[in-house]
Amino acid sequence: MFPLLSDPWLNRLLKLCAGMSGALVLLILIFLVVESVPALSSIGLFSFFSDPSWSPAEEASQGSFNMVPMVAGTLWATLLAMLAAGPVGIGLAIYCHYYATPVMAKLFRKLLELLAGIPSVVYGFWGLTAIVPILAKIHQPGASLLAGAMILGIMILPTVALVADSALFQVPRELIQGATALGMRPWSMIWGVILPTSRAGLFTGLLLGAGRALGETMAILMVSGNVVQHPETLFSPIRTLTANIALEMAYALGDHRNALFISGLLLMIMVTTLVILAELAGRRRYD
Amino acid sequence: MIELQHTGAGRSGGLADKMAGFIFKAMALGVALLFLWLLTDLVRHGLGSISVAFLTEAPRNAGREGGIGPIIVSTLSILGVCLATVLPLGMGTAVFLGEFAPPGHGFGTLVRRSLDVLAGVPSIVFGLFGNAFFCVYLGLGFSILSGGLTLACMVLPIFIRSCEEGLRAVPSSMRHAAAALGMSRFTTLTHILLPAALPGLAVGLVLGIGRALAETAALIFSSGYVDRMPQSIHDSGRSLSIHIYELSMNVAGGDGAAYGSALVLISMLLVINGLASHIAGKWLGKHQMGELG
Amino acid sequence: MNLDRNPSFTAGPMLSGPPCCTPHPHIVVKNLSVRYGSVSVIDDLSLTFNKGCLTTLIGPSGCGKTSFLSTLNRMTDLIPGCGVGGSICIEGQNIHNPEVDVVSLRRQVGMIFQKPNPFPLSIRRNLLLPLREHGVGKKEGAERMEEVLTQTGLWHEVKDRLNTSALSLSGGQQQRLCIARALALKPEILLLDEPCSALDPIATGVVEDLLLELKGRYTLIVVTHNLAQARRLADHAAFFWVKDGVGHLVEQGSSDQIFQHPEERLTQAYVNGRTG
Repeated sequence: MFPLLSDPWLNRLLKLCAGMSGALVLLILIFLVVESVPALSSIGLFSFFSDPSWSPAEEASQGSFNMVPMVAGTLWATLLAMLAAGPVGIGLAIYCHYYATPVMAKLFRKLLELLAGIPSVVYGFWGLTAIVPILAKIHQPGASLLAGAMILGIMILPTVALVADSALFQVPRELIQGATALGMRPWSMIWGVILPTSRAGLFTGLLLGAGRALGETMAILMVSGNVVQHPETLFSPIRTLTANIALEMAYALGDHRNALFISGLLLMIMVTTLVILAELAGRRRYD
Repeated sequence: MIELQHTGAGRSGGLADKMAGFIFKAMALGVALLFLWLLTDLVRHGLGSISVAFLTEAPRNAGREGGIGPIIVSTLSILGVCLATVLPLGMGTAVFLGEFAPPGHGFGTLVRRSLDVLAGVPSIVFGLFGNAFFCVYLGLGFSILSGGLTLACMVLPIFIRSCEEGLRAVPSSMRHAAAALGMSRFTTLTHILLPAALPGLAVGLVLGIGRALAETAALIFSSGYVDRMPQSIHDSGRSLSIHIYELSMNVAGGDGAAYGSALVLISMLLVINGLASHIAGKWLGKHQMGELG
Repeated sequence: MNLDRNPSFTAGPMLSGPPCCTPHPHIVVKNLSVRYGSVSVIDDLSLTFNKGCLTTLIGPSGCGKTSFLSTLNRMTDLIPGCGVGGSICIEGQNIHNPEVDVVSLRRQVGMIFQKPNPFPLSIRRNLLLPLREHGVGKKEGAERMEEVLTQTGLWHEVKDRLNTSALSLSGGQQQRLCIARALALKPEILLLDEPCSALDPIATGVVEDLLLELKGRYTLIVVTHNLAQARRLADHAAFFWVKDGVGHLVEQGSSDQIFQHPEERLTQAYVNGRTG
């Protein structure tokens, strides 16, 4: 059997593959920066905070580029989604580990995996047809920050739950045996011992969930109303940075297009920071 | 004296425990019901639209009537381009990371880190990149090719991770045996390791497909909106997920077709998910029975 | 470390227990059988433990000693598919009676594991958490904490760092902390599953001294592989053996009987190191 590729060539070929994969992130960053930089000079960094509104135009001088309401919309939607999905996600993981029968736990985990795979556009579509009309009955127009936060929360719930679930698997069995032998009931064990012990892993789950919420585009685009404004109440329609890119990219030219790339760069920085934080949190050993 | 019946001491502990149990079970029930609501909504409204005609005809009247035939073709073509890129590149990288780059290796760690970051990049940013790089810079325009390549960037980290795990699961004894017999690394790889790691690769592939099918934001600006039957991969084509978006947001009265399309998409994903679980299950089963050594 | 061996000096449920060899049954096990799924681990085992005695369970590994221990505080309830037959009575009350509060049972029958397993929390929380669970108030909890840390000889070693992590203690200290944690609940019985096997010889010596101090006031059951340790510690001993893959009791009696004048040949062979 003659080797088709001798080892040094194999090594080089594989290294090339790995190099290309590794360089991808760099390539993305470079292109984002290249497309963004012209906007910094023609629009100016300060304008993104201080312009009267977001009414972009092809020529920087003719348009207005205040991104702050959209950033606010993004952050509020993510925060509210996390407030709901965080505790519930961890609660679901606790349910699977300590309150469900083995059969129920297996079924439930399967359910969570399925939910995690549902496309965001389907969540958005369902939100549009089922949730928004209900909210509209309470307070017009229905498509709002609240709708966005609700759908986002539902979307990131499986992610948070599954990561929290694997964090709980790491809790050593001896700890639970010891606590049980001391006559501790399940909830006291969970609150007093297990949660403090798995703090790091749970936090990672929260960070990953937040990262996903920040980066979400389609679902929030479909249900949050897309008006560029600071959210005054839960029922105000808002537009997030992600939705903005999706809506305007199709016809944006010149400085407008570059401004959109800047918002993309901003998003990438925000999410990458969260991912790095999640990794650091995951690596800390509990003492 | 041993007092074994219920005592007053710790009564509050017992109450908190019961309440906690109730709350957690209620949470689980609530989430299960939510999913049920979503699923029944889709099935109830979408099942009526599904027919052989729906799956094969072209959309008419902006999609309100007719079917999603060209859409499905476009979707599968985009998927095809994506996989054709991801498979060789991903496997090469995974093999490099798994077999040639032990944990301390500088270059290997760099590649791993950048893949971790890549996995976290939001899909809309991929859309921007795909547009700037494939459509504009490389001049491919709105096309299935651009869309597929953009998706390949997204799916790559997931696939590589799964491949690596598949390779890691192959016991070292096999590598030692091959080396002791003086086999070249290439032969070892192609004839022993990769076949043994096949289930892991398959799971990665399937997961990647699932991710790709669900993608919308990355495709809007790379593969475009055209809902005609594509003639080549250089044509623009509309994916199923974009079709759902378009029908629900921009086409009044498009909801019926949108439900149908959503149902088709979810069914495809369920089948894929089921395949992944099945393969993964068989893989674990094999390990336990020692068939893989 | 408190070397005073007079039991009446420190508090405990029995201020002066009866000397061990006036037998007063505390735990009576009759026809016990344990199986995991369809695999039988113990069959038809009957054994009696006397109040205040330290009984060692000896025998080679795999003969069901740990499984036996787990039945006494119903830790077997936690193992899916585990079936327990026969009767276990503590002071005449069958512990499998549906009216029995298992939480109360586990408070009064404490268990120490082979590998020390303090919670990854502060020393203080390790002791106070179970106390709070059983309804002990703050003030009394603090008193009991000092009391048991003194009993186990840890007080002077840790009194200035009660808020540091329990995991920063040495192996021997951690095991003594686990014993203290169990003692804080004022049990009557302590079950110890090879408590010294994960410890170095010096720590082993310290823990053994502690156990010798505790007997008389508490009923202790110690599983051990180490025959020399069993000889050092035991008032009574029970010798387990495997027959057809199932654990059986071969002989039980006073330590004098088991180690010096065993009635069974198998026992004699084992304690003299000729088998097992």
